[in-house]
Amino acid sequence: MGLPLWMLGWGVDRLRADMSRLLAILFHQGVLDEQFLQLQQLQDESSPNFVSEVVNIYFHESEKLLRNLRGLLLDRDFSDYKQMGIHLIQFMGSSSSIGANRVRNVCVAFRAASEQNNRAG
Amino acid sequence: MMENGFSSPRNDSFPAGLRVLVVDDDPTWLKILEKMLKKCSYEVTTCGLARHALSLLRERKGGYDIVISDVYMPDMDGFKLLEHVGLEMDLPVISRCACDLTVMSVDGETSRVMKGVQHGACDYLLKPIRMKELRNIWQHVFRKKIHEVRDIEILEGIEFQMTRNGSDQYEDGHFLCGEDLTLIKKRKDVESRHDEKDIGDNSSSKKARVVWSVELHQKFVKAVNEIGFDKVGPKKILDLMNVPRLTRENVASHLQKYRLYLSRLQKENDFNNPVGMIKQSDSPLSDSTGNFGSQNSVNLQDASNGCYGFSGSSLGVHNVDPRSHDGDRKRLVTAPVAEPKRGLTVDPPNPSKPRISQMEFGHPLAPPQSEVNFARFDFSFPTKYPWCGIPETQLKQGHDPLHLNDGFSRLPMPGQKQLSRADHPQPAPAISSATSSTERETGCPVKIKPSHNDYTSNANHASAVDSSPLQTKTKLTDHQAVLPTSSTENQGLNMNCLTDLESPRKNINLGTLPFATLDEDLQVCFVTGDYYMNLGLQNIEVQEYFDPTILTGVPTNLDDGLRFDYEIFDPTEYSLIDQSLFI
Repeated sequence: MGLPLWMLGWGVDRLRADMSRLLAILFHQGVLDEQFLQLQQLQDESSPNFVSEVVNIYFHESEKLLRNLRGLLLDRDFSDYKQMGIHLIQFMGSSSSIGANRVRNVCVAFRAASEQNNRAG
Repeated sequence: MMENGFSSPRNDSFPAGLRVLVVDDDPTWLKILEKMLKKCSYEVTTCGLARHALSLLRERKGGYDIVISDVYMPDMDGFKLLEHVGLEMDLPVISRCACDLTVMSVDGETSRVMKGVQHGACDYLLKPIRMKELRNIWQHVFRKKIHEVRDIEILEGIEFQMTRNGSDQYEDGHFLCGEDLTLIKKRKDVESRHDEKDIGDNSSSKKARVVWSVELHQKFVKAVNEIGFDKVGPKKILDLMNVPRLTRENVASHLQKYRLYLSRLQKENDFNNPVGMIKQSDSPLSDSTGNFGSQNSVNLQDASNGCYGFSGSSLGVHNVDPRSHDGDRKRLVTAPVAEPKRGLTVDPPNPSKPRISQMEFGHPLAPPQSEVNFARFDFSFPTKYPWCGIPETQLKQGHDPLHLNDGFSRLPMPGQKQLSRADHPQPAPAISSATSSTERETGCPVKIKPSHNDYTSNANHASAVDSSPLQTKTKLTDHQAVLPTSSTENQGLNMNCLTDLESPRKNINLGTLPFATLDEDLQVCFVTGDYYMNLGLQNIEVQEYFDPTILTGVPTNLDDGLRFDYEIFDPTEYSLIDQSLFI
């Protein structure tokens, strides 16, 4: 975790405070939306790391998707916007699942451009 | 069939323990939904592949109560999965979709939703999914169960139990329903019970639903005949029938249904696809109406010979051959409850046969079929043969009833359609046309019915033979337009409508191909009015579901609560986020 052991106990509260601040910022910036709150509510004693697990999975999946997208775009003969659209839909859905609002919005724009076969976009 | 769910041990704490199957290719969503559903105290099974999901469902029939599926999946189109599930198992399915897509096209959402419903989805949720939406999904399961039972008129007991939360009674009631639902065996019991409750229920039931038993319908038909179809009015019928506790409204609504039925018959005759009428007989096996269908199918064979004996044997739904379908169709109309009534419907099979002969047919069918359905069928005016003579041209509705019918009788082979059509050479519908006042109503309901059935049957029987044109789809729109009007007219049909509507739908869902078509037809005929109502109700339901979804697009006003006086984090601090999140 990158934190010295002695800091763990002492730092918990501080971390919590930091986290709240971070989240606040993210919400404020529109990076996250209320879905994230839903996720947090789902976390309970039976699954204390729920949020982190979900986000983990999300990052994992997103990485794959982004890699795919990148591959598609880098291809100079790229013309399969449909495929890209599919990936984007997937990504959009995933992002909305954790409340990654901004990512989702980017996807929307991305998809709009792709629907118009606008490679530059 | 799925009715097992009802009798499962989780009855006392329904809807807890609901067995949900979640299908989605995105593992993020799978995890989230799993967690959400667990919070609702449901049992969750997740599945990343549609193919895998289908095999799971097939392996354990009765193992799941409801399916939630994503529509955008790599290996199989979500809608196809919907259809398969609807076809093979009588499960309510909810489809999900990324809400972002709606941003792309304003009406995209609606059309996608409609597509989902067309393919048989009970409900449509948009991503991201809210907990409260998930909390409500049990309603679908419950509703389905209710409708299965409704026909048997036991519903009231169950509902009553539900409201009282009496787990014992609940189980009893369900048990009863389960029994009833097991086709053929308890028919007689059910029917007799049904008859008793026929009048009795009116006063005791909260809903004051009138059950149109065979005898009652016979009386009704007799009265109508005496008065003369043209001059018939609810009041007169009521007086003639002289049934205590039967209200004018009951008669009025029944009369309306009857007229619709007639008009449907007429339309069918006009077209080569007799869809509508028999549909009822096709009702799924699990449904009491289903039993009907089975019986009908048997009768169909006879029908061709002009004999209408309905063999009570359960119709091997799936194996019904086209001929039987036709027969069923006819039978259904008449068969369900009133045997003599059947005769009327029987007419169709043999154009050459005198209508009167059809009258005879009603009897063999015997009561075994669920009362409820019967009641509805009574409507089929076997005794209407006098009307049969009415020229088909009476059809007032501009639209093409055949098409509508087509929608219904997806299942039956085209050949069957022909046959059935021929059989209904002069449907009684003329009668309905005769009554100008009701024509409008009949016109509409008819339209709606087929479109509706079409709608659902399309969804379920994607592969159906069906030749019905796309018109059925358009009818849907008509239907929707009509719904508002019909609903006002059919107030009295409320309960019945719901049941009727559900039954055919269920029938369709059962995917009993042979039956489906027949049953649908029948039901359609019968409950044109009902369908009407149901559709409206269903739409309303759907709407309700959608609204919350729309509302979930809540603007992120979280900032308000979260205003802190901090310096803005720079991007480098996001690494901190990682740490805190992953600790």
